[in-house]
Amino acid sequence: MNLALPAFTPALPELVVLTGALALILFGAIRGEQSVGMIDVAAILLLAAAALLIALMPGGRLETFGGSFVLDDFARFLKILALVGAAAALLMALDFWHKEHQRRYEYGILVLTASAGMMVMVSANDLIALYLGVELMSLSLYVVAAIDRDNLRSSEAGLKYFVLGALSSGMLLYGASLLYGFTGTVSFAGIAAAATAPSIGLVFGLVFLFAGLAFKVSAVPFHMWTPDVYEGAPTPVTALFAAAPKVAATALFVRVAIVAFPGILPQWQQIIIFIAIASMTLGAFAAIGQANIKRLMAYSSIGHIGYALVGLAAGTATGVAGVLVYMAIYLAMTLGAFACILAMRRKGKAVEEIVELAGLARTQPLVAFLLAALLFSLAGIPPLAGFFAKFYVFLAAIEAELFTLAVIGVLASVVGAYYYLRIVKIMYMDEPAEKFEPMAPTLGLVLGVTGLFVIFFFVYPAPLIAAAQVAAKSLF
Amino acid sequence: MTIGLSHYLTVGAILFTLGILGIFLNRKNVIVILMSIELILLAVNINLVAFSAFIGDIVGQVFALLVLTVAAAETAIGLAILVVYFRNRGSIAVEDINLMKG
Repeated sequence: MNLALPAFTPALPELVVLTGALALILFGAIRGEQSVGMIDVAAILLLAAAALLIALMPGGRLETFGGSFVLDDFARFLKILALVGAAAALLMALDFWHKEHQRRYEYGILVLTASAGMMVMVSANDLIALYLGVELMSLSLYVVAAIDRDNLRSSEAGLKYFVLGALSSGMLLYGASLLYGFTGTVSFAGIAAAATAPSIGLVFGLVFLFAGLAFKVSAVPFHMWTPDVYEGAPTPVTALFAAAPKVAATALFVRVAIVAFPGILPQWQQIIIFIAIASMTLGAFAAIGQANIKRLMAYSSIGHIGYALVGLAAGTATGVAGVLVYMAIYLAMTLGAFACILAMRRKGKAVEEIVELAGLARTQPLVAFLLAALLFSLAGIPPLAGFFAKFYVFLAAIEAELFTLAVIGVLASVVGAYYYLRIVKIMYMDEPAEKFEPMAPTLGLVLGVTGLFVIFFFVYPAPLIAAAQVAAKSLF
Repeated sequence: MTIGLSHYLTVGAILFTLGILGIFLNRKNVIVILMSIELILLAVNINLVAFSAFIGDIVGQVFALLVLTVAAAETAIGLAILVVYFRNRGSIAVEDINLMKG
């Protein structure tokens, strides 16, 4: 029996984040509520340090913990993405908590543990690591949704998220148990070797596993929790939910589908095509009637996950690269949009209705311009980044001869453009409402960076595209 | 009659279905939902241990132990959120969780 310790280096960023979180809990418990600002800043620095560590680590494929944890180019790309998303969400929260007089040091720590869970998800190479990562992330996020514990809406959001999230974990786990039984192994490589022909048990397990994963990325028909949780949770929490966990869950979805089930591609391809079409259509139509901007962003995120899954449905390296580019651009667009939503404050209170944005172009022209660019990009209008995101996934779908899927996708994005353009119309054409409070510098920073990224992406897209292609190749 | 793998799997499937039905048909109390979630995880554990014994591979039992631990953490967090909710709402009836339509 080999009792030597496993190599810890590939998991170093996770360990940094988790030990940091433990140290901060201790610090918070001793110093109490005065430590809030310091803990949040320390959490951002820890996330940045972990991202830097990942970027500096030697290239190639590293495996550890008996092959259940893998660090390859795919994992590097998506971990950095998830960490950036989580750090930006924390940065945007600083000002909000301050103004709302909410001083909870647990928030930064829970985001750290959730980020560690996301990194484990991205690196998971067997069913046990998959479950561990998903649960570490989800359990932290349930609490984060209910963090405003004196607020009924926040606690209701937390309760709903918990009940439906636990149900989805159960389905995911039931699928995992069936897959283990019918292939005799939990490792993705082992499952791929055993799953060469579809059998009833295998397909059953696959369906349950995918149902659980679809829940975590909030794809139709497992999207019901998204609008309620997005609306009820405090806005910085919604910004977090819309960004990093989506990236991590999509990464896990892609890795499971591509690495564990290449032998039964036609079977899972059908499922993904269905989910993608349903999500794109629902995202496009259901958002039209929304008055609350957070609810609208929820439907928007459902639609965007649909587009990203179009790339996965192709099942090729081009398709996976498309998904990665999509997630990177989606992250920038969502964070930018939420920076604007967080800046919607009047008389010391946050407002959430879309009509409150009326005439923003005259009261705050620069903010209105950047938000309009982000919305045009979310709608997929060239030459903004969102267009290229959609372009690469649809290109992959057409190369894989999934013409119906691509056509439905384009049509859905035309319908979806309506509600983004409606916001632009409200900002530019309607009579100005009362001015918002001045934007906090942290929000301005996030909005500026994401806005410029979205506008000038087309000038120099090569680095992101090349990185995504390298990352996608490491799965095949 | 000898008890074989399929018997265990049937028990697991029945428990799983009961858990799912318990979540969706229950109109009374959120605690019942927590119990249903527990039932689902137990169904999974029966599956895992049965498969593990049947194929003679220890990993399934390790997985089952991990599931037990995580289930405990999950219930703890669920109950904590439920207590917070009860303080704000004064009720934990399922039909009262309706502040946001959805």
